[in-house]
Amino acid sequence: MLQASDDTFRLNADFFDYSIVAIYFIVVIGIGLLARRQVSSSIDFFLSGRSLPAWVTGLAFISANLGAVEIMGMSANGAQFGVATFHYFWIGAVPAMLFLGVVMMPFYYGSGVRSVPEFMRRRFGTGAHLVNAISFAIAQLLIAGINLYLLATIVNRLLGWALWVSLIAAAIVVLSYITLGGLSAAIYNEVLQFFVIVAALLPLTIIALHKVGGWQGIKDKVVGVGGTPNSEQLSSWPGTDLTGIDNPVLSVIGLVFGLGFVLSFGYWTTNFVEVQRAMASDSLSSARRAPIIGAFPKMFIPFIVIIPGMAAAIIVPEIANYKSGSGDTGGATYNDAILLLMRDLLPNGMLGVAIAGLLASFMAGMAANISAFNTVFSYDIWQQYVKKDKPDGYYTLVGRIATIAATVIAIGTAFFASNYDNLMNYLQTLFGFFNAPLFATFILGMFWKRMSASAGWTGLVAGTAAAVAVAFLSEDAFGSASLGVIGLSGQGASFVAAGAAFVVDIVVSVVVTMFTRPRAEKELAGLVYSLTPKESLVDPEEKSLPWFQSPTKLAGIGLAIVIVLNVLFR
Amino acid sequence: MSTQHPNDDEPVKKVGGFDIRFVIGGLIGVYGVILTLLGIFNASEEELARGDGFNVNLWSGIGMIVAAAAFVAWARWRPLVVPVKDLPDHDD
Repeated sequence: MLQASDDTFRLNADFFDYSIVAIYFIVVIGIGLLARRQVSSSIDFFLSGRSLPAWVTGLAFISANLGAVEIMGMSANGAQFGVATFHYFWIGAVPAMLFLGVVMMPFYYGSGVRSVPEFMRRRFGTGAHLVNAISFAIAQLLIAGINLYLLATIVNRLLGWALWVSLIAAAIVVLSYITLGGLSAAIYNEVLQFFVIVAALLPLTIIALHKVGGWQGIKDKVVGVGGTPNSEQLSSWPGTDLTGIDNPVLSVIGLVFGLGFVLSFGYWTTNFVEVQRAMASDSLSSARRAPIIGAFPKMFIPFIVIIPGMAAAIIVPEIANYKSGSGDTGGATYNDAILLLMRDLLPNGMLGVAIAGLLASFMAGMAANISAFNTVFSYDIWQQYVKKDKPDGYYTLVGRIATIAATVIAIGTAFFASNYDNLMNYLQTLFGFFNAPLFATFILGMFWKRMSASAGWTGLVAGTAAAVAVAFLSEDAFGSASLGVIGLSGQGASFVAAGAAFVVDIVVSVVVTMFTRPRAEKELAGLVYSLTPKESLVDPEEKSLPWFQSPTKLAGIGLAIVIVLNVLFR
Repeated sequence: MSTQHPNDDEPVKKVGGFDIRFVIGGLIGVYGVILTLLGIFNASEEELARGDGFNVNLWSGIGMIVAAAAFVAWARWRPLVVPVKDLPDHDD
């Protein structure tokens, strides 16, 4: 997706737009310099000294995910599938974020681990830890490369710089603010980025809606893919177009179990990029609140991402032609929906804010990957297996060097990514391979004290193998390498692959546990629910907090709102 | 630079430190001023037509100035406090 090989269109930025973008970059670097003054230990560098308030970590929590895939991809999905795209937010993110805050965060934060793989090591020993740490580190480098590539293609398309110049310039900016300020700089910039994105997309949405004639205008004018009138575009359930599963009942099951449970819980609760942000909070109750606070903006982001996409498919001629399958598309695809909308609607000035917002979000995506990578590399790989027992400053230095190395490698993986049109989709599928079994192993390990160390790593490996097998047997999850034995394609295939990974992981873990010895109970305190004193799972101050600061009450409110939203847009 | 007050039983807090709310308010505020000025002095007929009759720069700019003011007001109303006793012994 998002190719910039040809000059299909350019945004006509002028002096004011460039100035607005330049101001943004100066502030970003400035934040790196300011945050540097606070870095005095490795905990400062990797976990922001565990000192950030919940609203900051909560916004960073969703901003780290509000990158290229989210903005370009979800507006593209909005243009193509319409309202069904809301599932990615209301089913595919919010419930899992609430679950992370209510159920899982006490174990992560309370046990004092510095990373998700470290939790793995404490619970299951080195076998599962090594599998998890290495696969996570490699995945982060690949994803950072893809974010960098998308960033560079946007710079190329907006400003006309050569791709390799754009790549290196983008890498240098990201590198400078993370090496300077570590996670704090990344998190502060993510929070800033969130507001710039809203400042860019909210006016765009309002004008687009006005132009199309309001929500009623979208209702009257929306058409299905191929130009057919299609009410599916206006209702989120059963989402058969989105899943590619024709049977409505199976489609709903695929959405709820595949997307809503396995994929999204796997992503949001075990992906260290996300969890790291909550771990940087200043107290257990803040750490629990971070994903829950993040869930509220997450519910409403789709309105400024999906609705512009839907409007673009009506009022931007190229996208409308692409969707109806006739007429001149000018080389544009759904991925260009939001860029073309910006070109058509925004005056110079506001255009600059929108460009700054997009650049910001792609940089933040990459920065998030790199800052999670350097933590896992320094603590979980270098300190654990290469050089133990060095002074603290040594590991901060390793972290800085790892950051530089990761950025250089990301430039390489970005060129690698540029060879594939569709790498993004595969990577999303690959994500399911690793996160879905990880979630199964975590949740079983947290609530079943008997689960043994061997069950930890065999479950992970078997679950991943099962997902890979399903992807091979499907029609297109691996592109032409897929065999087409099972009649599944598109999102449906990755939902089923993730579901298979989850089930196989659970079954293998249970069977292996039956034949192996459980770990001594005293080693598992703080890691397994039944062996952890209830007091240590709850912040002692939580009882005295007002309702709007209580994680469980906030989560209840969030759940109620997301149910109402689902009913309204059913 | 310690702000420890020896005869105070309350956990001593220091006000200040790096407050992201001022940065957000500052950046959005600067954008708001630039856009508002562009909207007043630089809005061509063609741009107005593109925005479907809205003066997009003007209204977005005003909105951003309001948002920026809200951030600065919030940061003033609830300043960032860091409990000194919880800090490890280091100065910046």
